[in-house]
Amino acid sequence: MTAGDAATARGVRGPIQTWDVFTNILTVVLAFVFGFPLFWAVSSALKLPIELNVIPPLWFPPAPRWRNFIEVNDVLPFFRFMGNTAVITVASTVGGVLTASLVAYGFSHFRFRGRQAIFILMLSTMMLPMEVTLIPTYLIFNELRMVDTFWPLFLPDWFGGGPFAIFLFRQFFLSIPRDLSDAAKIDGCHVMRFYRSILVPLSVPVMITLSILFFQGSWNELMRPLIYLTSMTNYTVSVGLMFLRTQILANVAQRGEPTEHLLMAGSVISMLPSLILFFVLQRYFIRGVIMSGIKG
Amino acid sequence: MIARYRSRSRVARVEELWGFLLISPWVVGFLLFTAGPMLVSLYFSFTEYAFPLKPAWIGLANYVRAFARDELFGLSLWNTLYYVGLAVPLGVCLSLMLALLLDRRIPGRAVWRTIYYLPSIVPVVSATFLFLYIFQPDYGLINGWLWKLFEVEGPGWFNSRIWVKPTFILLALWSAGGPTMIILLAGLQNVPGEMYDAAKVDGAGRGRRFRHITLPLLSPTLFFVLITGLIAAFKIFGAVYVSTQGGPFYGSYFYVLHLFTQAFSHWQLGYASALAWILFVIVLVFTLIQFRLSGGWVHYEGETDNRAS
Repeated sequence: MTAGDAATARGVRGPIQTWDVFTNILTVVLAFVFGFPLFWAVSSALKLPIELNVIPPLWFPPAPRWRNFIEVNDVLPFFRFMGNTAVITVASTVGGVLTASLVAYGFSHFRFRGRQAIFILMLSTMMLPMEVTLIPTYLIFNELRMVDTFWPLFLPDWFGGGPFAIFLFRQFFLSIPRDLSDAAKIDGCHVMRFYRSILVPLSVPVMITLSILFFQGSWNELMRPLIYLTSMTNYTVSVGLMFLRTQILANVAQRGEPTEHLLMAGSVISMLPSLILFFVLQRYFIRGVIMSGIKG
Repeated sequence: MIARYRSRSRVARVEELWGFLLISPWVVGFLLFTAGPMLVSLYFSFTEYAFPLKPAWIGLANYVRAFARDELFGLSLWNTLYYVGLAVPLGVCLSLMLALLLDRRIPGRAVWRTIYYLPSIVPVVSATFLFLYIFQPDYGLINGWLWKLFEVEGPGWFNSRIWVKPTFILLALWSAGGPTMIILLAGLQNVPGEMYDAAKVDGAGRGRRFRHITLPLLSPTLFFVLITGLIAAFKIFGAVYVSTQGGPFYGSYFYVLHLFTQAFSHWQLGYASALAWILFVIVLVFTLIQFRLSGGWVHYEGETDNRAS
């Protein structure tokens, strides 16, 4: 904010105002570049096939065709894909946030042998690309007969939710004085009661921030659903959208008329949950990004 | 407290037990989904493993194959370095520009910030399809504009072996600019305003203030987003898999796509494991550089900093 004050002081002086005009124009132009593709997706999703690729481009379809969002479901069971993804996302978010907070409680409020070493080991797993463990993990779930179920996509999150989530919770729990939990222990207040009645209510903002990160991870994931889900009834939105395009391209070859309106409708539907969540919880999104800047 | 710990009273032992109990989900998960698979994958990388046949030890042959005989390995590595080498520095520059634009007194700051950030929450598959449509060579918007405004016949974008990598770079710039901008903006707001005032009194112009105050103070943050960006970009997969599948003519055949194809199309799990370990080493090198040069964890002001000792 301080640099902003410096900028106004600059503006008051007068002669450098052309610079301010230039930067303001740049701000707007860039906003156009970033925002336009999204506008175009929505606009195209509401068109008739004949309105799609006309010259000059049609910015606002005169009669928005909301039915496109339903018709997507006739090409492929798209709403089912949404439901599948929602189940996986909720399961992974709940498991991740719950177990990460418990593990972080252990790391922050209890003394035990090797705590520091284990914590550093835990942090160092952040460097490990998931591609390294992908194949053996696939073989494990294959042995467990869990291929083509949702289990492989959320079960791993129930074991601490990953190093970043634990790290974030631990940092927050460390700011809650240990004296408080020590006193609770002496008073005979049960360890889990302290967690439930003090830690959980206090860490709601952290939980929301992490839930958003888990949600985005699950909702946008492509590689693991691609590997694990083999029958169409189990597809997630990302995988389903990919097959929607294949299907639509096949239809184009058959019927010869453009069908991008359906592909854009599918794309818009699949980004809708993220967009709604973003507008409701915007500051937690921003916080999550800044937090991820801390992990190093 | 130390005395209590040393005496190992009953209370301390109970505390230790609770500690172990609470972290046990992570310990089990670590053994089951991290350490175990890591060792197994290292072992696989020294075997010929054509799933579902059994793995057979072949020593370093997979690594020799990657570096000496597999042309697609070299090609995918080159494609990836090309992509990473341009997308990441350009992305950081763009994000820095966005952050500087927003770090001024400007009406509707929150609105601009939201617009810049929005593309990053679009799922990668949707974003890619959106770009496929806009950059469609025959009737896409971009080539239409190029023709109308400059009478230039636009390139084939995703359909051209030459242009496909730059097009993926544009996609990356659009979708990854926002988060990096947020981190840089947080960094910029930590620069004390008095330093600018002092520099102005000394007669330093805008350019010199940027070069001698903003840039040095922001450099740890810049370096951080550069390295994490490199690691993330190196693993590009989703956008390519759902659009070009590595084409045309292997123009967008990136490293992880090669790994994925070897593993889950050809079921060459041994060779794919070797490719995964090579990727791990590359990521590790980047991370160690980051760690060495930044002197540990990067810190920001904020609520996580007021930790109790």
